[in-house]
Amino acid sequence: MGKTIAEKIFEAHLADELFGDVSVLKLDRVFCHEITTPTAIRDLVSRGKDRVFDPDKIKAVIDHVTPAKDSKTAMQGKILREWAKRHGIKDFFDIGHNGICHAIFPEKGFVQPGFTIIMGDSHTCTHGAFGAFAAGVGTTDLEVGILKGVCTFKTPQTYKIEIIGTLPKGVFAKDIILKVIKEITVNGATNMVIEFRGNIVDEMNMDQRMTLSNMAVEAGATSGICLPDMTTVEYLWEFIKDEYSSRQDALDTFSRFRSDDDAVYAKHKTIDVSDLEPLTTFGYKPDNVKPVSQMKGIRLDQVYIGSCTNGRLEDLRIAAKVLEGHIINDHVRGIVSPATPKIFSQAMEEGILKTFMDSGFCVTNPTCGACLGMSSGVLSDGEVAAATTNRNFNGRMGKGGMVHLVSPATAAASAIKGEIFNSSLYCK
Amino acid sequence: MKEFKGNVLFLDRSDINTDEIIPAKYLTEIEKAAMKPHLLEDLQLDGFHPKADIKEKAVIVTQDNFGCGSSREHAPWALEENGIYVVIASSFARIFRQNMFNCGMLAIELSKDRINTIFKEFGKSNVQIAVDVETSVIMIQSKDQTKKIEFQISEFDRALIKTGGWVEYADKHY
Ligand code: SF4
Repeated sequence: MGKTIAEKIFEAHLADELFGDVSVLKLDRVFCHEITTPTAIRDLVSRGKDRVFDPDKIKAVIDHVTPAKDSKTAMQGKILREWAKRHGIKDFFDIGHNGICHAIFPEKGFVQPGFTIIMGDSHTCTHGAFGAFAAGVGTTDLEVGILKGVCTFKTPQTYKIEIIGTLPKGVFAKDIILKVIKEITVNGATNMVIEFRGNIVDEMNMDQRMTLSNMAVEAGATSGICLPDMTTVEYLWEFIKDEYSSRQDALDTFSRFRSDDDAVYAKHKTIDVSDLEPLTTFGYKPDNVKPVSQMKGIRLDQVYIGSCTNGRLEDLRIAAKVLEGHIINDHVRGIVSPATPKIFSQAMEEGILKTFMDSGFCVTNPTCGACLGMSSGVLSDGEVAAATTNRNFNGRMGKGGMVHLVSPATAAASAIKGEIFNSSLYCK
Repeated sequence: MKEFKGNVLFLDRSDINTDEIIPAKYLTEIEKAAMKPHLLEDLQLDGFHPKADIKEKAVIVTQDNFGCGSSREHAPWALEENGIYVVIASSFARIFRQNMFNCGMLAIELSKDRINTIFKEFGKSNVQIAVDVETSVIMIQSKDQTKKIEFQISEFDRALIKTGGWVEYADKHY
């Protein structure tokens, strides 16, 4: 009987099995940010266990609220900073070098096929795009990860989702994942790993795959995995070239983690995207999804382009293409947050930031910012936003605010129109 | 081990997310106690008044997919700080469920039918629940009736409840 990629990764990392159905996995990476890690650090200190299992496998960043907005967030940064220093965690990214965790860690080459990764952040599933098993956890699991480099998981079942067809012009990875969530609902993949397959996924670059994997948790999934291929190798090559004799050699090594043809899946769904239109959410659940064309007259107060879902270079390029030569609507506040300093400076070199600014957007430093309503663009009661983020929960971007999740193209077009609107890139 | 019994708070909705249980703006707090006044502050549920309705409750009974969304362990902490150590639902989001057991608290899954029956028979009245972890039995009691319901949790989850959490266990074993 064949195995899925998740089963192969589990097998390769098994440290212990508890009571038959719980796997204790050895971790290759523990990622940390300043919101959920300080509580873990404080608890470890109070237990007299202020240790780390391996400073080289722990990577940390201040990303959610940066620069600090008040003394409490300043304290969270301080706790993380001092902890990183005291334990010799070299890969710690502070202001001037920091970006959104799920964008900066892959960009630094910290994620490889076959890895096991945890973080105290639900969108850790993003790193599954590289063929890794990456899962969000709570503070206690994070603590144990930091201390011992292990984490428990129930042996996962896999939901195979094949995305096939020809993607229409102006329809993007974000629209695809919204479609997937609509189809399988917000708990359709709870306690399962989603394996994204099909020709559309094969053709995607890593930025697009990360957008796809990022929102797997919005369908309840533990991780959202894409199989490693030459695209993965190309992305990682500058970081791994000393370890492998050639790209093919790297691919051969990574391929041992690809699912077997006769692997067994708990569920299976095929989605043909050939007729897909740009989509948006409505209401407070990520599976409340409909075509942008059916959302006439939704007046916007803010448009936010950024986040670990859609704050990467390609996202900014697409939005800038739509914005080029236009001024955004008077009643819209446009905010763009490039996800990392590297993306920021590339966008600057390519003139993308200028396009944003000329059209009336405010460009912020790399940060989570408005995405979770903690800084850099909180909504007021009754305000409506279109955002390239991943959660439209009630109050997510500010109490009483409404968030419509869209692709960068739709976000840019909506900023110009002042209403949720299809971009000119989309033609049926 | 905690005591798992007391008055029931019925939340008749599915997909209650962790942003509703404890909004992101309180994530800057480092002390668990700071979560206490803000539990379920942003819950979207007709007729629900966070402060008054939470008072003196110890058990939540709710529908599908409780605790979805953000991984924040602040959600179980907010419950813990308010003395709510048990949530009974027809299903949970994975991370929330794990966080509950990691904190030595109970997240009990019952079938949809069971949950619907509980809501139908008890949902409108003052109800007490007592959970016996050892025998896996829930006793549910109102003025008019008492009912005994069996549930299942894994041996691992039971071990976490009994030893008081995953940190001590893991540090000893790995
Ligand atoms: S960008 Fe938003 S969803 Fe992503 S890690 Fe930051 S707060 Fe979480």
